[in-house]
Amino acid sequence: MTGPTHHVLSLLIFGPLAAAAVAAVIKRENLLRWWTLAATTLLAGYSLTLYWNFEPGTHLFQFKEDARWIPALHIHYRLGLDGISLLLVLLTTLIMPLCVLASWRYIQARVREFMICLLIMETAMIGVFCALDFILFFVFWEAMLIPMALLIGVWGGPRRVYAALKFFIYTMGGSVFLLVAIIALYTQRHTFYIPDLMGQPYSGAFQYWVFLAFFISFAIKVPMFPFHTWLPAAHVEAPTAGSVLLASVLLKMGAYGFLRFSLPITPEATRFFTPYVLCLSVVAILYGGLTALAQTDLKKLVAYSSVAHMGFATLGIFALNQIGVEGALLVMINHGVTTGALFIVVGIIYERLHTRDLSLASGLGKAMPVFAAFAGVFALSSLAFPGTNSFIGEFLVMSGGFAVSKPMMVCVVPGVVLAAAYMLRMLQKVAYGGTHNPDHSQVKDLCGREVLALAPLLVFVFWIGLHPEPFTRVMHASVQHVLEQSGVKSATGTSAPLRAQAPGDAFTAARKPPL
Amino acid sequence: MPASTLTAFLPELVLLAGALALFTTALGRSRVRQARTLALLTSFAAILAAALCLGQRTTLFNTAYCVDLFSQVLKLVFACAFALILLLSGSLEDIRPDVKPEYYFFLTVSVCGLTMLVSCVDIITLVVALEASAFPLYLMVPMRYERPGQRSQMESAVKYIMFGVAANGIMLFGLSYLFGLTGTTSLPSLLPRLQPVIHSPAAIAGLALTFCGLFYKLAVFPFHFWTPDVYQGAANETAGLVASLPKLGAVAVLVRFVSLASPDNPALAVLLAILAAGSMFYGNLIALVQKDFKRLLGFSGIAHAGYALIGFVALDDLGYSAALYYIVGYLLMVLACFVVICKVSRDGSNVAIEELAGLHRRAPLLAVTLAVGVFALAGVPPFVGFMGKLSLLTAALHRGHLALVIIALVNSAIAIYYYLCVVREAWFRDPGSLPPIRLNWPTRALCILLIGGILALGVAPGRFLDALSTSVAQMHAAPPAGAPALSGK
Repeated sequence: MTGPTHHVLSLLIFGPLAAAAVAAVIKRENLLRWWTLAATTLLAGYSLTLYWNFEPGTHLFQFKEDARWIPALHIHYRLGLDGISLLLVLLTTLIMPLCVLASWRYIQARVREFMICLLIMETAMIGVFCALDFILFFVFWEAMLIPMALLIGVWGGPRRVYAALKFFIYTMGGSVFLLVAIIALYTQRHTFYIPDLMGQPYSGAFQYWVFLAFFISFAIKVPMFPFHTWLPAAHVEAPTAGSVLLASVLLKMGAYGFLRFSLPITPEATRFFTPYVLCLSVVAILYGGLTALAQTDLKKLVAYSSVAHMGFATLGIFALNQIGVEGALLVMINHGVTTGALFIVVGIIYERLHTRDLSLASGLGKAMPVFAAFAGVFALSSLAFPGTNSFIGEFLVMSGGFAVSKPMMVCVVPGVVLAAAYMLRMLQKVAYGGTHNPDHSQVKDLCGREVLALAPLLVFVFWIGLHPEPFTRVMHASVQHVLEQSGVKSATGTSAPLRAQAPGDAFTAARKPPL
Repeated sequence: MPASTLTAFLPELVLLAGALALFTTALGRSRVRQARTLALLTSFAAILAAALCLGQRTTLFNTAYCVDLFSQVLKLVFACAFALILLLSGSLEDIRPDVKPEYYFFLTVSVCGLTMLVSCVDIITLVVALEASAFPLYLMVPMRYERPGQRSQMESAVKYIMFGVAANGIMLFGLSYLFGLTGTTSLPSLLPRLQPVIHSPAAIAGLALTFCGLFYKLAVFPFHFWTPDVYQGAANETAGLVASLPKLGAVAVLVRFVSLASPDNPALAVLLAILAAGSMFYGNLIALVQKDFKRLLGFSGIAHAGYALIGFVALDDLGYSAALYYIVGYLLMVLACFVVICKVSRDGSNVAIEELAGLHRRAPLLAVTLAVGVFALAGVPPFVGFMGKLSLLTAALHRGHLALVIIALVNSAIAIYYYLCVVREAWFRDPGSLPPIRLNWPTRALCILLIGGILALGVAPGRFLDALSTSVAQMHAAPPAGAPALSGK
């Protein structure tokens, strides 16, 4: 996949930046919206060629690009995709036009700056998933902070300044540790090239420190249980598009970091710390569910449900077996689809009623039947109803988890029930309400634009739910390779994931004491 | 010989000629406009001359003055920064009208001194150049409008000169040790003679005392006491100058001097590491509570001096070029902040951080400049502050200074908070009753130049870093008089 014609990834990364440069000189607001929509849609369409040309049989990086960037520091401009990052890149490109659609009417002030921020975000997000040089990765990772903080801080709700600062400080505080780890790795191998850093015989203590540095940074980004407090604030204050991007893409980066870096670079430490991370994941599932149940603000409810869902993702990753990791990847994609959609749904309510309070936004089903149908499907998807996407993901994760520890999974089961409880509670209130609902007879149902913003996500809810094979197919080889690098023998064969039997060898490997 | 001497010395000559012309302009009736035009022309001519002489290699004045790639690159940087400072100072709103031409004259002399400083390889010329660059600044600090009831500019000028002279004294004392140990004032011959005794207490004390004078310029803790007061007391334009150019000069001289300490000098490395850590903690922690933007920049400047010192702790070429790269980047970042201060300030008074409120509505370009400058100072990619820190930390970790690297990163985490407070005011607050700010085209050009510079040095520093590292390597690889090479152990 090398050759002069293959600059697909560079085009995808710098396309949005070029579009932002054009947007900077467009004066009329409507033209700006159309331009951004056209640009992001075009990029989304173009990104599909990645899927067609992707070779699923290999774990090697594809669409590779390599150019010297800063020779004095041995930093290269290196890009590549494998089965782990492919779907995340596609998720990013596909969610962008929907973000633009969701902000069509919501954003009325400073439209140009808003669209530029969105496009810069897209550049940085795709860059994070494609970068194969650690410094390049870090640059994209951090470059996201400024536009995201601006999205929250300029276009956000009443407590936007607090939320933006909290988001920035938390993430930046975490990335400081990431930078230490990166430089420490560099001094060991004298390269920033990520594949060359994987599977090297680092000493045990070195691995532990690097793992912990990675862990703090990624756990904040996920966010995992004690590091999650920035998330509700950021989600609640962010404009709809900001919430969608946060939920769909930004939260994935922490989990992606675990999978891409922690497992293959520090395998010994990973196996040592696995029980602790699993515990935190279970706590996140239960805690997120319980807190979501107590919320009256719709956005907060969805935000805490994110904490629980991402608990499933980290649980699957640190199950350290093929089923678990593939399930985790699928949970990440599903969460991007479903929670993104739920944030758009909440945004639609807010645009009409200017409130997100569950008691004021109740009984909308009568006035907005189409909307209620959409909301219902996404809520069901969020609680992992069979036939929807989340069911497959969580099922795989739990199968992987059972292979590791049955008592732990028994603890997770209430989390699944909690998800049903808080989602159905929300659905019941929003769609039907009580006997004394506020008068919503003047409220209009969804317009074509809003249907267009939700429909693609609906398609994916059912597509992944009923026929996940096209999505899992591309992961097998890469996931297997990651597990091999982390010193765990993978489940036999590449078609294992849907055969949800607990693979015994993965079980023993994961339980093996370190060193 | 005279012709080649002339070309090798051209940037300095241009600056001297400009200073002389300014001197005559300053005589008699105050002619501010002519002085300003003259100073700008001098700066452009200096850029041109420095660019033309980039390839010159020679020694002048009985080996007291070395023209090499190192000095020529830095001369170009100084000339460019001179032009930026002139654009920044605009019409010198806060300087008394009767001394404005003199202000330009002193500015030019100071830049000329700095330009000579980077070429000096003899202790005597070095001290002379150092004074030539410093004394005009002592005079420029008090040249501010007197506000009723406060004469803070006088107070800060006195502080500046007192500390400056004391630091110079200490430095001369240290130099006397070095001279006493080696019997020479020329750095190239000092180097081999110092090698046998480098680990003796006298040599370490001599070097350390010598560094004190430079640390004062760089505002390293505990030689920093003048910094916040001078920043606050001096006019905004003057503070911008004091904050930027002399620091680059100090780092350049440090690079020449630190090479005297052989690559393995644990005592010196520990000393430098302690100073670096102290500077970072002191500057960042005190900056957290500042309300005045200039004082905040003063304390952050102390912290950044600490970051730059990290490069010297490594005691190798990688570290020196990283420190140079970082300080050149710092020059751009801090100038970006000072542009905002100069333009936001009403009738030249100091700017409280609250006065930045709603800048993104009052002057979008200024707000972007401020955001770029402040985020770069905070070390956020893709700006130069990040790449600079990365190269510094890589160099330090290369030599095993893990603790220092962690301290530096903890500090950049602390620093984020106060930088964010600045951004919060400018971007997330409503302007209230604060008026919009109109920018003239030189200011717009300056803003775009600074943003472009900060981005370009951060995203594509390849060639600049290469030039710096080859120049440092050349300087250290080929010391005359058969000195042992420094690159190996």
